[in-house]
Amino acid sequence: MQGTKEGSFVAGAKAIWPICVGYFPLGLAFGVLAEKAGLSGMHIFFMSSLVFAGSGQFIAVSMIDAGASVLAVIMTTFMVNLRHLLMSSSLAVWYRGQPRRRLSLLACFIVDETFAVNTSRLKSGAWPLGAAIVASFLAYAAWVGSTVLGGIFGRFIAPSAFGIDYAMIAMFICLLVFQLNGFIYLIAGLAAAFAGTLAALWIPGNAFIVVGAVTGATTGLLLKRMARISGEQVREER
Amino acid sequence: MSAEYMILVMGMGLVSFVPRWIPLFFLSRRKMPALLVEWLDLIPVSILAALLVPYLITAGEPRVLSFTRPELAVAFPTLLVALWTRSLGVTLVAGMVMFWLAGKTGWF
Repeated sequence: MQGTKEGSFVAGAKAIWPICVGYFPLGLAFGVLAEKAGLSGMHIFFMSSLVFAGSGQFIAVSMIDAGASVLAVIMTTFMVNLRHLLMSSSLAVWYRGQPRRRLSLLACFIVDETFAVNTSRLKSGAWPLGAAIVASFLAYAAWVGSTVLGGIFGRFIAPSAFGIDYAMIAMFICLLVFQLNGFIYLIAGLAAAFAGTLAALWIPGNAFIVVGAVTGATTGLLLKRMARISGEQVREER
Repeated sequence: MSAEYMILVMGMGLVSFVPRWIPLFFLSRRKMPALLVEWLDLIPVSILAALLVPYLITAGEPRVLSFTRPELAVAFPTLLVALWTRSLGVTLVAGMVMFWLAGKTGWF
């Protein structure tokens, strides 16, 4: 079923619909802010479809509003989106040897949410590349659509209505739960939370995400390796 | 649409695309060392924790520790819903409703 084209589409849509729902409040909120910064629906369409990065776009719009230079906005976008490098590397492990054209297509749509959904599906069973591309593309379409709508109609909607400003956090909480597949993951997550918080208090901007992620994964790996080495020593001593 | 704006969004698009594309395009052709694979396996949980926790327990600019935000208070029941239902859709709706009600009833 999942091998066929329709199977991939249905599987992808089933996995991604909550993300698309969550993108609407977020995208509308972005559209409202962008409109206030002087961007039209057309401006927003080009930015969302070329960049596709939630936090990166929010920061870019606030910089545009403050009159920052083109180069400063591009450099900041680069820094904020650099974490996708880690996600792309992680996906490469799962999709080794797949056609490069399709991998390049998947790469266009890597964001926190599509990455989390795709990895949780990959870990719980077969998740063909086709389904991953469909799911990621639908999230992209929802983001572009909702940000443009936000730019056109957003001024009539308060971001606090119906808790829509909490959609993103609830989504991240659940995606984190999906990733806690054992003790070592819990340790990595705790180390990342701790290091990320320290970095957030120390360094302005978004660098704390990468600092926390690298510290968390490294701590988890060291612990795993140490446990394995001490396990081997115990066996040798017997 | 000004030419300057098009240069801006095309530049932003390029610097966003390259880090997404390079590892998938090049690393998917070679066998990666086991150590790197194990490290990359821990990246998803680490990124999510490093995104979420600092957001929940810090506030302000420059940031300081803060444990009284409604976002944090609602995070606990939302976490329970996520652990119990293991459903993204249910957790999303439950979190939104709880956060909305918390604001409506003036608990915070």
